[in-house]
Amino acid sequence: MSVISGSGSSGGVAELGEGFDAGFEAEGQLPPGVGPWRLAWRRLRRNRVAMGFGLLFLLIVILCLLAPVYSHDIAHIGPDVNNITGTVRVGGKVEDVVSLTGIPIGPTWTSHYFFGADDNGRDVAVRLLYGGRTSLEIGAVATLITMIIGTLLGLISGYFRGFADGLLSRANDVVWAFPAVLLGITIGTVLNIHGIGPLHGTNALVPAIVIGFVYIPYVFRPVRGQVLTLRERDFVDAARQQGLSDWRIMMSEILPNLSSTIVVFVPLILANAILLEAGLTYLGAGVQPPNASWGTMISDGINNDIPSAFHNVLIPGIMLVLAVMSINIFGDGLRDALDPRSKIRVAR
Amino acid sequence: MVRFIVRRLLVMIGLLIVISMFTFAMFVLVLPNGNPAALLAGRLATPAEVHLIDVRYGFNQPIYIQYVDTMKNIFTGQAYSYQSGFNVLSEIRAGMPATLSLAIGAGIIWLATSILFGTIAAVKAGKYADRVLTVLSMIGVSMPPFFFGAVLIYYVAYKLNIIPIGGYVPLTQSVGGWFGHLIAPWITLSILFIGFYSRVLRSSILDSINEDYVRTARAKGLSERQVLIRHSLRNSLIPIFSLWGLDFAQVIGGGAILTETVFNLHGVGELARDSIGRLDTITLMAIVILTGIAVVVIGALVDVLVAFLDPRIRLQA
Repeated sequence: MSVISGSGSSGGVAELGEGFDAGFEAEGQLPPGVGPWRLAWRRLRRNRVAMGFGLLFLLIVILCLLAPVYSHDIAHIGPDVNNITGTVRVGGKVEDVVSLTGIPIGPTWTSHYFFGADDNGRDVAVRLLYGGRTSLEIGAVATLITMIIGTLLGLISGYFRGFADGLLSRANDVVWAFPAVLLGITIGTVLNIHGIGPLHGTNALVPAIVIGFVYIPYVFRPVRGQVLTLRERDFVDAARQQGLSDWRIMMSEILPNLSSTIVVFVPLILANAILLEAGLTYLGAGVQPPNASWGTMISDGINNDIPSAFHNVLIPGIMLVLAVMSINIFGDGLRDALDPRSKIRVAR
Repeated sequence: MVRFIVRRLLVMIGLLIVISMFTFAMFVLVLPNGNPAALLAGRLATPAEVHLIDVRYGFNQPIYIQYVDTMKNIFTGQAYSYQSGFNVLSEIRAGMPATLSLAIGAGIIWLATSILFGTIAAVKAGKYADRVLTVLSMIGVSMPPFFFGAVLIYYVAYKLNIIPIGGYVPLTQSVGGWFGHLIAPWITLSILFIGFYSRVLRSSILDSINEDYVRTARAKGLSERQVLIRHSLRNSLIPIFSLWGLDFAQVIGGGAILTETVFNLHGVGELARDSIGRLDTITLMAIVILTGIAVVVIGALVDVLVAFLDPRIRLQA
C-alpha cells in the first residue's frame, strides 16, 4: 500500500532482531503487519478527548435524527406550530406560552416547552432538533460538494497541468480572493430568489450549494499541490508503462494517496460550513423562512428577544457551538492520528 | 524583487477585473431574471413606462456597455440606489469610519493577543496553561461571531451595564465613547482569529524548536528567551503575518459584517445587510466590488511585505 503517511508497521515481529525465532523464517513468510489505517485508528482511539467529542457529535446527530420522535411522543407539538395564545402547565401553575406583552416563556424543563418558547409560541426544543437537521444537512451536503468537486478539479489540474491547470488555477484564485461571507452573500441572495436548476429559491439545499461552492478553493489548492508531487513518483511511471489510461491512473493510483488529506479536510469543512450557514442566514442570504435551522433560530432570537427572552439566542447558540466544537476537536484528533507531523491548515 | 512586485500587480489587476465582471454578472444577469425594468416599474406599469425606465437606466444597451457604465458610475460616485435613491458611494463612505475602526482595532488586538497566547502555549507545551489555551482556542474557532456578540451584549451591556448596548460614536466626537462602543465588537471579532492564529503560531514555534539554527543558537550560549525571541519567533512569525494580511483584508471585506450588525455600528457591513433585505442590487454590487478590491490590494501588499521579509519566497516565485 503506497500511502503517504509515512508511518511504518510497528506490529511486525521482524523489528525484534535477528535472533528471535517465531517460526516464521523457516517458511520464508513475513509476519503479519498492521496497515497504516489500522495504526491511525489505534492512535485515534488513544486520544480520549477527541473520541469523547466525536461521540458527543454523534449524539447530537442522533438526537436531531430523532426529532420526529421527540416532537411526536414527548413534546406533542410540531416545530412549526404557532401557539401564541396557548398555555402550559409548569410546576402546578398554568402559564401563558407567550405573555400578554409578547414575551415568550423561558425553559420549563418539562416535556412541553423544555427549552421554552419563541416569539410565535413554538417549542424551542422541538425546533432545535428539527433545525439541527437542517443545519447538519446543509453542512453535510456542502461538505460533499466541496470535497468531491475540489478533489476532482485538483486531480485534473495537478495531473494534466498545462492549459487545464492554468484555467482552473486562475478561476480558483478568483473565488479564493473573495471573502467567504461576501461571496456567500452574493451567490446566496441571487440564488435564493432565482433558484438553481430544478431547485426553487426557498429550498434548503440552495444554501448548501452556495456554501459548498465557496469552500472549493480550500480543498482545490492542497489537493492540486499533492497531485503535482505524486505524479512524479515511480509508481505512476510504472502504471503508465503498464498502459493504464490517464483516468485509471488518477483514480486508482493517485487518489488513494490523497485519502489521508481528504479525510482530514472533511471535519474542517463541515465545521466551517455549519458556521457559514449560520452567518449567511443571520444576514438574510442563507436559509429562508419558514425553514428552521440553528441559524434562523439564533438570528430570530437576536432580532427579537434581546433582552426579554435571551434563551432563544443562548440555547440554539450553545448547541451550534457544541456541535462545531466537537467536529473541530475530533477533526484535530483525526489529523494527529493520521499524520502526527502534518501541516495541513485551512486558512479562513 | 521588482519583477516579483510587477508580476504581483499584474495578477492583482487581472483579478480585480474578473471580480467586478463576476459580481456584475451575478447581480445584473442572473438576478433580474429577464427584465429589471419590469421589476422597477411595478405591477401596473404600461409598456411605455417600462421602456422609459429601460432608457433611463440603460437596460436596453448591450451587456458590455451596461457593464462599463455601471463600473464607471460606481467608481465616480454616480451610482444611485434604485430603491432608495441615495448615492451609493456616499453611503459607503459614511459607513467607512465605523468599519475601519472595527477592523483595524480588532486586527491589532488579535495580532498582539495571538502572538502572546501562541508563544505562551508553545513555551508551556503540554502543560496546564497550554491545555487551557487550546480549549479556549477551540471554543473561539467554533463560535459564530454574532452569537458571541449577542452574548456579550446581553450579559455585559444589558445586565452589568459596563458597556453600551450598541451604536457607534465617531472618534472625532468622543474618544471615550468611541472606545467604549468598540471594545466589545473588537473582542468579538478577535476571538475567532485568536483561536486560530495562536494555534498556528504554537505549532510553528514547536516545529522550529527542532531546527538546526535553534540548536546552534542554544549552543552559542544564548538564554532560552533570547533563542525564542531572536531566532524562533522571527521565522515563525512570517506565516502569521502572511495569514494576518489575508484575514485582515477579508475582515474589511466581509467578516466585519456579522459583528457590525449585531452591535449596530452603522458601517459598511450593516449597509450590506440592509441591501440584502431590500434586494438593493446596485449597493450590494458596489460593496462587494469595492471590498473585493480592498481584499486583493491588501493581499498583494502583504505578499510583497512577506516576500521582503523572507528572501526564500521572492527567490522562488
